[in-house]
Amino acid sequence: MLPPVLGVLFDGIAYGMLLFLLSVGLSVTLGLMNFVNLAHCAFAMLGGYVTVSLMNELHWPFFATLPMAFLAAALVSVLFERTLYRRLYRASDLDQVLLTIGLAFISVAVAAYFFGTTQQPIDVPVYMRGSFNVLGLNIAAYRLFLVGIGVVVTLILVGALEYTRFGAQVRAAVDNQRMASGLGINVERTFAITFALGSGLAGLGGSLAIEIVGLDPNFAFTYLVYVLIIVSVGGLGSIAGSFAAACLIGISDIAGKYYVPQLGAFLIYLVMVVVLMWRPSGLFGRR
Amino acid sequence: MALTDANASPQQYLQRLSRWHPFEIAFWLVTLLPFVLFPNYLSLASQVAVGALFALSLDLILGYAGIVSLGHAAFFGIGAYTAGLFSKFVWGEPLSGLVIGAAMAALVGYASSFIVARFRHLTLIMITLGLGLLLQEAGNSAGWLTGGSDGLQGVEIWPLFGLFKFDIYGTTSYAYSLAVLFLVFLFARRLIHSTFGLALRGIRENWVRMPLIGADSRAHIRKIYTIAAAMAGIAGAVIAQTTQTVSLEALSFERSADVLVMLVLGGAGRLYGGLVGAAIFMVARDQFSGIAPQYWYFWIGILLVTVVLVLPNGILGGLSRLYARRRPQ
Repeated sequence: MLPPVLGVLFDGIAYGMLLFLLSVGLSVTLGLMNFVNLAHCAFAMLGGYVTVSLMNELHWPFFATLPMAFLAAALVSVLFERTLYRRLYRASDLDQVLLTIGLAFISVAVAAYFFGTTQQPIDVPVYMRGSFNVLGLNIAAYRLFLVGIGVVVTLILVGALEYTRFGAQVRAAVDNQRMASGLGINVERTFAITFALGSGLAGLGGSLAIEIVGLDPNFAFTYLVYVLIIVSVGGLGSIAGSFAAACLIGISDIAGKYYVPQLGAFLIYLVMVVVLMWRPSGLFGRR
Repeated sequence: MALTDANASPQQYLQRLSRWHPFEIAFWLVTLLPFVLFPNYLSLASQVAVGALFALSLDLILGYAGIVSLGHAAFFGIGAYTAGLFSKFVWGEPLSGLVIGAAMAALVGYASSFIVARFRHLTLIMITLGLGLLLQEAGNSAGWLTGGSDGLQGVEIWPLFGLFKFDIYGTTSYAYSLAVLFLVFLFARRLIHSTFGLALRGIRENWVRMPLIGADSRAHIRKIYTIAAAMAGIAGAVIAQTTQTVSLEALSFERSADVLVMLVLGGAGRLYGGLVGAAIFMVARDQFSGIAPQYWYFWIGILLVTVVLVLPNGILGGLSRLYARRRPQ
């Protein structure tokens, strides 16, 4: 028999994987361009609504909608990047915060206009609903699936970043943008592609999150706070940092809600403030 | 003008900055108009004055010292809850409640200024956001004290000077808020046109270089952060006293975001930016939310995007550019 603390740990890691998918794109783009994109979760929300619409209107199976959520978020985000964001790469933090928070506000209102303010229902496949017993621990199939996806995405990301030509360009641009462009790397193109991939992953995270946390127009702000916490705790531009921070925050949040429910979200904010005061550039940050 | 600045003595330069412009006198006369023109909207006018005071306090740290805060509502909420609790448990005299609210906010502001002064950029934004959210959660958990999500009940404010009751028409409320706003504004104006104010602008432009010419950036940031916290506390205390209730919304992220929008809309780094922005923002919200409350934030979003792309210095920045173009000297 395993103690119940392992069950809390497992749920925390599953939740952390979700948060990792939502935040890793923002971490990399922030490290690359220092662009504070507070509309990141709006792209995640877009992915969620794509899944909901495809399933409920066109009766697509759940798994078929996931690639579409990824693609939709990636395409829409790159559209915004090319038209609006790129004008502000050299602007102040404040201007970037204001522009992107404005976009997040607009996305909330647009989602409320088209889908209403209620929670969106989805039906994940039956075999994803059940749970099974491992040595007395109740493991939900869907959460196991989330952990699997999280691990696979991390492996793909790390592999792509470490062993491909494009990954080397991204790493070079994160380390020193001017030097990278001096060596002939097209930093702007690298950034646009990374931005699209990161937002696509957020879109995927948005669709996967519906079963766990639901989906309503406020998603763009509720999870923005979590994502920002993970990015700043993990350190900018670091995949390993985001992964570790997402697990830390996911476990703290679930454990806090399980053991000391009266504290609410107090614990994760406390974790963030303490980590940032100890290491201002995050656990894995270099700057 | 810029040419003669170089030859003038520092005293003359500061004196010229602090001279009252006719526009300013006109502005404060206009604030008296609601008493005559819109006697049915005095409660709204009173809330506008509070919003303006809150935006002015954010302007001191954001517009002048360059500290981007996403958690400024923390001090607003502390002032509001302190004044509310003070009237509930001690006595309902408004002016002493105001002082206590400001003192409490200043105390917390001073304590957190040691954290804030250490960081810049994204870390700073996250720290202010995190501290604000921490306080909101604390207010939510301490339901026995704050009333939790039901709001603080039982706030009773005695008549101002024992004469003027805070009634539903809002005459006393508006006069009170406006007087407080004006006095705090005079203080802020004096502060900004002092050498201390100049040092703050230097810190905003270059945080690293200021200590080299003898102005310790961190000490200055600690001072202005405490002052701004006290001012936000005053704004919170006034709203608690004039509405005679406090809700958790006073501590929320939405309030921090709203005040940022007001300030940027009017123009950050200008004394009147927050005042003008708050007036436009709150009157617009009052009108729009009558039509379709759920889409109010759509217009806020559009507004923010437009301001950033078209009017980088807010409405006042745009106006002063027009004015300068008309008078080339």
